[in-house]
Amino acid sequence: MRYALRRLGFFVLTLWVALTLNFLLPRLMPGNPALAMMSKFHGELSPKALNALEVLFGVNTHESLLGQYFGYLHQILTGNLGTSLDEYPASVTSVIGSAIWWTLGLIGVTTVLAFILGTGLGIVSAWRRGGKLDSIVPPVFVITSAIPYFWVAMVLVLIFGITLKWFPSQGGYYVTTDTPGLNFTFFQDVLNHAFLPAISLLITTIGTWILTMRNTMITTLAEDYVRMARAKGLPNRRIMFDYAARNAILPNLTGFAMSLGFVVSGAILIEYVFNYPGVGYMLLQAVSGEDYPLMQGLFLLITVAVLFAILVADLLTALLDPRTRAAG
Amino acid sequence: MAMPVSGVPAETPALQLPAGHVLARVGRAVRSNHKATVGVVLLTIFILIALFPGVIAHESPTQDAYAPQLGISTAHLLGTNHYGQDLYSQLVWGTRNVMIIAIVVGLATTALAVLIGVAAAYLGGLADSSLSVLTDVLLVIPLFPLLIVIAAYAQGGTTLVLITAITLTSWSYTARQLRAQALTLRNRDFLEAARVRGERRLYIIVVEVIPTMTSLIVASFLTNALYAVLFASSLQFIGLGDPNTVSWGTTLYWAQNNAALQTGEPLWAIAPGACIAVLGAAFALLNYAFDEIGNPALRPVRKVRQKKGAGPRV
Repeated sequence: MRYALRRLGFFVLTLWVALTLNFLLPRLMPGNPALAMMSKFHGELSPKALNALEVLFGVNTHESLLGQYFGYLHQILTGNLGTSLDEYPASVTSVIGSAIWWTLGLIGVTTVLAFILGTGLGIVSAWRRGGKLDSIVPPVFVITSAIPYFWVAMVLVLIFGITLKWFPSQGGYYVTTDTPGLNFTFFQDVLNHAFLPAISLLITTIGTWILTMRNTMITTLAEDYVRMARAKGLPNRRIMFDYAARNAILPNLTGFAMSLGFVVSGAILIEYVFNYPGVGYMLLQAVSGEDYPLMQGLFLLITVAVLFAILVADLLTALLDPRTRAAG
Repeated sequence: MAMPVSGVPAETPALQLPAGHVLARVGRAVRSNHKATVGVVLLTIFILIALFPGVIAHESPTQDAYAPQLGISTAHLLGTNHYGQDLYSQLVWGTRNVMIIAIVVGLATTALAVLIGVAAAYLGGLADSSLSVLTDVLLVIPLFPLLIVIAAYAQGGTTLVLITAITLTSWSYTARQLRAQALTLRNRDFLEAARVRGERRLYIIVVEVIPTMTSLIVASFLTNALYAVLFASSLQFIGLGDPNTVSWGTTLYWAQNNAALQTGEPLWAIAPGACIAVLGAAFALLNYAFDEIGNPALRPVRKVRQKKGAGPRV
């Protein structure tokens, strides 16, 4: 319980840091960049929307920095992230709401898949030390860990999207011929479009899970209790999963949490290459359109999502590993 | 932006030998470890290209002097792009920008990480708690989105902006590793001896603690340099670098802007990405080799074939 509270406290602290960064960054930059953006849209905004943006970016205000800060925190915590300028008059929250399902579907499913597949392969790879799988995996991982995500995406687009034309390589569904709805054709269309981005993400992330699992498992296999299990004559499968893998999986869980930030980062670029209508693509659109309120909102959302996932993984680790609880 | 090569940060066993021994061992290990050898060779080639690009590429990387969209030929090894620029010389001259970012960020980030990690471990108490919290907070905030936001507010990043932003945000992972190792050293006899001799704290940290951590510090440099390459190229790729810099990421940006894949100029987009991948692989190979050198348990098992299903020898 104490451990859980500490992790929760850390979650709140990190969230606060992210909020503060969001507050300070536009104000610290030479010549507040938001000023130019505001003057560009000046005539078109309603007074209420204008006021919300002024609080967010510290424009046209005579308040002290501290006063601005509390005003900003208050506004964010009441859920007002301002108005998107490119999609005016839609609020930032509603614009994000339309994109988030695409990202959750694509990245969420692929990440879980990569984790399960990678961990499984890691277990087998360590168990058959020096076998075929074990001699292929580490060198392949070295390569995949260094390849930029977007490059894998580009190569897949080139081969399967453009040359072979097996899968569509742009967008989330056929915008011109298909309408979103709960029917089979739309579902199939979405899956078709998600295939190449998902494979890109899978290829680039799976190596981490395999290698972490393999390395921990190798250490675990040398433990006395594994030798004991073998001496007792337990079936191999039982030793592999119930004795070794069960204890070796913990670092992978923590790694899962820590690497989520990297997954999200990579996903931004993959969405960019595929013009996939998720939050990553939207973030880059907001940047190039100088839609700073939307950009800030997306940064906050991505950060909160990652922090939340980390919190869950931490609590899960505590649940599975009594040692963490004792140490907490 | 894959996870750093070693997935378990805090558990790298220490090579606790005096500095000279470690360097000698590293030298021997590089020669005997295939991954390390390949990494060193690749890296040397890239450094040479970055230093003397004119020797192998005589064309100007920026001049649009040729016919657009030429195919591969002896005059233009990789053809020309949409603007009539020679792609091969763009890549060769672009190496310099990438290498500068990799090395400067690698060194600066590692210095910062050593400073913070070792100070936290050695000072202990409140200093340790606050530095560790700072490290942990930075570790979990998604870096790439943060870098995007910073570069966007800076209205596009010159190389200096990129270097500064990446350095200030990405030191935390290696700082954590270094702190963990420094903690294991904290109560060792030779440090106790130095304390008894009445040495100052700064002296102990710089002369006694840091040299014993050489191998991990080198590994940190490699990790940070790899990050720097990937982050900087990605930022340039999405248009947050300076579009006039000659760099692999910038070439990618122009390729993406002109839909190079879709308009039959795939090399324009694929080739710079391949360069990034190979340079990244060089850093990753070296890093992985260092992991094996530091942790003998991970070294590949040679010629030890087990019967199917018999499990590892214990």
